[in-house]
Amino acid sequence: MKQRYDLLVIGGGPGGAIAARTAAEKGLSACLVEKRPAIGVPVRCAEGIGKEALKEFIEPDDRWISAEIRGAQIVAPDGTTMTLSQQMAGSKVGYILDRKVFDRELVWQAAMAGADVFVKTRAVAPILDDGRVRGATVAFCGEERKVAADVVIAADGIESKFARWCGLDTTVPMRELMSCAQYVLTDIDIDPHVTVFYFGNRIAPEGYTWIFPKGERTANVGIGISGRKSRDGHRARQLLDRFIADIFPRGKMIECIVGGVSVCRPLPCTVADGLEVVGDAARLSDPITGGGIANAMITGRMAAEVAAEAIGKGDVTAGSLMRYDRAWREGKLGETLERNYRIKEAVIRLDDETLNALVQSASRINLKEFSVLSLVKELITRNPKLLLELKSLYSALK
Amino acid sequence: MLVIHRDVCGYCGACVSVCPEGALELIDAYLSVDEHCTACRICTRICPLGALEVVDEAEV
Repeated sequence: MKQRYDLLVIGGGPGGAIAARTAAEKGLSACLVEKRPAIGVPVRCAEGIGKEALKEFIEPDDRWISAEIRGAQIVAPDGTTMTLSQQMAGSKVGYILDRKVFDRELVWQAAMAGADVFVKTRAVAPILDDGRVRGATVAFCGEERKVAADVVIAADGIESKFARWCGLDTTVPMRELMSCAQYVLTDIDIDPHVTVFYFGNRIAPEGYTWIFPKGERTANVGIGISGRKSRDGHRARQLLDRFIADIFPRGKMIECIVGGVSVCRPLPCTVADGLEVVGDAARLSDPITGGGIANAMITGRMAAEVAAEAIGKGDVTAGSLMRYDRAWREGKLGETLERNYRIKEAVIRLDDETLNALVQSASRINLKEFSVLSLVKELITRNPKLLLELKSLYSALK
Repeated sequence: MLVIHRDVCGYCGACVSVCPEGALELIDAYLSVDEHCTACRICTRICPLGALEVVDEAEV
């Protein structure tokens, strides 16, 4: 490990790996540190990603694609099912990844592009000079070293601490932290190319339960519930166990995964002097789906590009790095996150009867091209009684 | 004070993200809590497994 780099990346998930790869490709000296002893494990993810989003960053490869998804099903509290076929879903179809292999591939690409990589290496404190971030003290097997860097990218995920140490408040509000549990279940009867989402205040309060195929008879079966709905006897794992006892009583559990996903608005500012925050650490996971891989890669790349320009100009102040914040916030990503946040806020207020009515109605609509807006418009036309409930949803979409 | 039931903890770090004091830290499979903890119980609520508990100091 050198004593100084142009760019230091904290965290070896997809956001950090793409940041390090991009920086190295742009000719920066880059170093990525990951506190865990291996890249990609333990998995903290349901592993879904859209095809188009993925292809922006890497050519799809069977070595780390567990399943190709051609459609989705939404199941209402009363069991009514609505199917979104591939034609309706358009470019929305995607893959279920094998993150253990995928994350390694991305970090390997960063390394091949020229970035240094260190695992079991934890950032223990930022190096601050008059409030400006100038690198980090990192610890490898208890040995502390100072690593100077012009820019540090905090890509330390949901459990992010680095940005907080630099003065940004990253605390996720309790009600906007989805408390999640997931099993990799095998020997179960599923459609290996269809994702299934179960909604309802009894089954998954303010969240959903999912079945994401990982092969012919294997799937990630998981649940996310709002932190404010979680309590003793009613926690994510217990609700998941209840669901599995109902749906897959003979499934065999080969992996048990827990975790938190933020569904709040993004950090109000994702830069400071010498610092950029990307992906889950910046609270950029999608408020509806909880998906975070694509947004982490998008912001990882943007952050590295802006860092390269800023370093080239010799100005790494917050003012200069703000171009990164504006790039994602004022672009498509920021727009989508804000729209989806508003939809989420409207949908979590619906009771089970309304959800049933909506899915029953939607399952009879034959939309040629699926879009959330056209679906909601159609639902309002067909359910004038639900106008009040749907009004906030409709205004979120406009 | 906050007690971590290590046999239950899934070391996922969800609690770290909601702690208003930044008092929790996860290193591999080991969650630690420092002196900034105010026993506000937010982490005990959101834990997917129920591994965290606030207990009366006198009982410890």
